[in-house]
Amino acid sequence: MTEDTLLERITDYANRPDPYPLYAELREAGPVVRQADGSYLVGTYHEIAALLHDPRISADPRSRPASAGDLYEEGAQPPFLRLDDPEHHRLRTLAMRPFGPPHSPGRVDAMRGQIADITRELLQGFRDREQIDIVDDFAYPLPVTVICRLLGVPREDEPLFREWSDVLVAGADVKPGEDTTERNQATQQARAEMGRYLLDLAERRRTHPSDDLLSAFVNEPDPALRLTREELAQTAVLLLIAGHETTVNLITNGVLTLLRQPDQLDRLRREPGLLPSAVEELLRYEPPVHMRERIPLADIGLAGTTLPTGSTVVLALASGNRDPKRFHDPDRFEPARPDNQHLGFGSGIHLCYGGPLARIEAQTALGALIPLLGTAALVQDPPPLPAERHAPRPPPPPPRRDQ
Amino acid sequence: MTDDLRKGRIVIVGASLAGLRAAETLREEGFTGSLTVVGDEAYPPYDRPPLSKQVLLGQTAPDATGLPIRRDPDAEWRLGVRATGLDPMGKRVLLSDGDPLPFDRLLIATGTRARPWPNPEEAALEGVFTLRTCDDAGGLAARLAAGPRRVLVIGGGFTGSEIASACRERGLEVTVAERGPGPLVGALGGTLSKLAAAMHRGHGVDLRCGVTVTALHGDGGGRFIGADLSDGSRVEADVCVVALGAVRNVEWLADAGLAAGPRGVACDAGCRAFNMYGIVTDDVFVAGDVSRFPHPLFEYQMLSLEHWGNAVAQAEVAAHNMVSPGPLRRPHLAVPMFWSSQFGLNIKSVGVPSFSDQVVIAQGSLEARRLAMVYGYRGRVTAAVTVNMAKSLEYYQHLIETAAPFPPAPGAADRPMAAEIPVPSDVPDPKGLSHGPTVALTGYLPDRRLTVVQH
Ligand SMILES: Cc1cc2nc3c(=O)[nH]c(=O)nc-3n(C[C@H](O)[C@H](O)[C@H](O)COP(=O)(O)OP(=O)(O)OC[C@H]3O[C@@H](n4cnc5c(N)ncnc54)[C@H](O)[C@@H]3O)c2cc1C
Ligand code: HEM
Repeated sequence: MTEDTLLERITDYANRPDPYPLYAELREAGPVVRQADGSYLVGTYHEIAALLHDPRISADPRSRPASAGDLYEEGAQPPFLRLDDPEHHRLRTLAMRPFGPPHSPGRVDAMRGQIADITRELLQGFRDREQIDIVDDFAYPLPVTVICRLLGVPREDEPLFREWSDVLVAGADVKPGEDTTERNQATQQARAEMGRYLLDLAERRRTHPSDDLLSAFVNEPDPALRLTREELAQTAVLLLIAGHETTVNLITNGVLTLLRQPDQLDRLRREPGLLPSAVEELLRYEPPVHMRERIPLADIGLAGTTLPTGSTVVLALASGNRDPKRFHDPDRFEPARPDNQHLGFGSGIHLCYGGPLARIEAQTALGALIPLLGTAALVQDPPPLPAERHAPRPPPPPPRRDQ
Repeated sequence: MTDDLRKGRIVIVGASLAGLRAAETLREEGFTGSLTVVGDEAYPPYDRPPLSKQVLLGQTAPDATGLPIRRDPDAEWRLGVRATGLDPMGKRVLLSDGDPLPFDRLLIATGTRARPWPNPEEAALEGVFTLRTCDDAGGLAARLAAGPRRVLVIGGGFTGSEIASACRERGLEVTVAERGPGPLVGALGGTLSKLAAAMHRGHGVDLRCGVTVTALHGDGGGRFIGADLSDGSRVEADVCVVALGAVRNVEWLADAGLAAGPRGVACDAGCRAFNMYGIVTDDVFVAGDVSRFPHPLFEYQMLSLEHWGNAVAQAEVAAHNMVSPGPLRRPHLAVPMFWSSQFGLNIKSVGVPSFSDQVVIAQGSLEARRLAMVYGYRGRVTAAVTVNMAKSLEYYQHLIETAAPFPPAPGAADRPMAAEIPVPSDVPDPKGLSHGPTVALTGYLPDRRLTVVQH
């Protein structure tokens, strides 16, 4: 095991447009690579999958010996994304009740029509335009509108929560070695404000219930199944952010990938039936979420090394997705790839809650956009990285339409 | 050599899960010769697990469980035709209908059938069912839909328990009679059997354990009306489902000289059948429920499984080996895996729970109806069963594959106090149960004459 600064290089903005050569280096360096800052980086598929399924691995930042200025306030409970079972399971199950099976099996599927309508409206705005901004004009407004309707958040409030959301997303970005005290304070404050805002909306649903998740949460008749105020705030913040940030990137990465590979764009235009598997392939090839952090609750032996209790373990999901030991010809974008159990939605107990919704959104968005891409081209490749948006993958610049 | 194996004539007997998956894999692996699939059921391959679940609940029609075809195997399908014999010297399969079918390589995938009620007259009463085929399921589902006053289920194994669960979900009164101390005890051992019993009773099943059914009764018109139990009691019911486990379909191989007996056709880890002397054949392969194969994780004892996942995995290995020369052949080493859904519980099993002396609850709890139970044998992990905790299964599978020490290492966030206290696994001798096991270790010997014939 070597001491290394790979994580620092991977998260360096200069390398973000194409971190894949660094991931190859990471896999080469061993399943587990200890970083100079004391964390452990894991980049091979089978080892990542094993850790994501290991019950001795914690997603809860409080499992780490207290570190300066954590992401969550003292005493406050993180959302279930960052909790362990059994508490994680309890809250995830409650959050799932109005959203998915077994209690609401048809919910997501019933949103198809809405999603198609929103997509159509957005595309109408493109008519007669020379140049469009895929992020601002398309990939961002779609999932935001969808999650707003699902949760019960007024779309007009978008500028308000976008600000909080940007702070929270930036706060979750992995940047080794950096002093995060200030950032973490900003994160805590944004989370608290956003939580209050959403609680307030939920309160109003008590008297004016409508067909959305906030109404369902706040009007749950069985006290055993009701979220506390704090849980409701945390869950609603989680859903609002998780529900759109990543999907924006998936749609955008899709457009970017297809514009870079016109033969595949052409193929999808001819074979629209490939779209669902193409979206899976995107989740493997250019996943919106590149890494997740975990903390061992016991010394965990893995591939000949030990991950010590309380250490920080960074799982490079995007690297696992390109592991040649798991995927044949992994650096090839193959929309019809069989046996594609990618790590794009994670795996194990924290497997993405919104996967079915995200899939429909991406399939609808790309399906509607592909026929229009015609002779479109990127204005600039790689796209410039908007300094204010710190998502793990940069959104690309506007593609140009020549027609 | 490789080229030769890609050509020629391959015959598959058994047109169900294993047969279909093998046929598809043969083509995937480049087999270009002629392929014939013989199956005695009149239907194209269909899936059985839904038959005791969605079909009995009326959610899926009995003829709507057709297996998805992953790729067209370009085969000649001889459906509704039974293989009646195998001539190993002449390399021909004898058929109930038409000329013998010559082959260069043969795959035996004839699976199992439901063990019938031992008294044929009683078994023939109208209202007495077994459950293995889609016709069985269709008939039973129609009877359940008609709203019988009570259903009697004989046998508290997985199938019997699922049937009872479906009946309760439909609001039907149901009695389960099990000879052993509790439902699922043979498959899961004492602790989880107690949970299963609580689930039965909690859902309103009239569960009778430690009893056998001694006679089925009909009215004058040959209609089932009730049964006598060994404790002297009598159950009045209009429907009876006999869920006593499965019988391997090996009779057609009686004169084939193969190591075929009541526990299946013995084969090596490469799915090649043994003949009765324990010599491995090179042209006869076996896959699915009808097979018995050695497994290194379980001291190389021969395993007999009735598991969907095993049928698929083994069929793929068998097909690969049928078209690959020696050094390229693969072993079938998949860890046994099984699932069942009943009374709102999702039960998943990995490994061989009956190959155990102790168990611990490693995550969750019985009270929460959500747990992972880990089974150990002589200090190593040999199996795990999750209840409503399927996402943990992979981790325990890894422990089994690596023969990790038992009890498993501490550290799980949801590890209960009970994890410190292994208790006896309490798996009874299968002979004391009503139903046959869905997974059994059957010793080391491939010779059919050394296999004691039961029943
Ligand atoms: C009601 C029910 C529920 C189940 N639920 C589960 C579950 O939840 N989970 C799980 O893991 N497994 C379950 N199983 C088991 C699973 O279905 C089997 O493991 C699987 O079907 C095995 O496939 P196979 O192809 O080996 O055998 P089979 O499916 O038994 O197929 C064998 C085929 O060969 C035919 N055949 C037999 N003899 C001859 C002959 N001489 N000539 C021609 N054809 C012949 C048979 O008619 C049959 O069509 C269930 C089974 C049943 C019946
Ligand atoms: C393309 C879009 C999306 C991607 C790539 C994505 C990715 C992920 C990943 C990788 C995880 C696992 C995190 C971990 O293991 O630490 C996760 C969890 C989660 N996602 Fe998504 N997600 C997407 C869309 C959505 C949507 C639309 C929603 C909500 C409607 C959502 C809600 C959640 C939640 C609540 C969790 C936490 C689950 C848990 O901890 O049990 N996601 N997502």
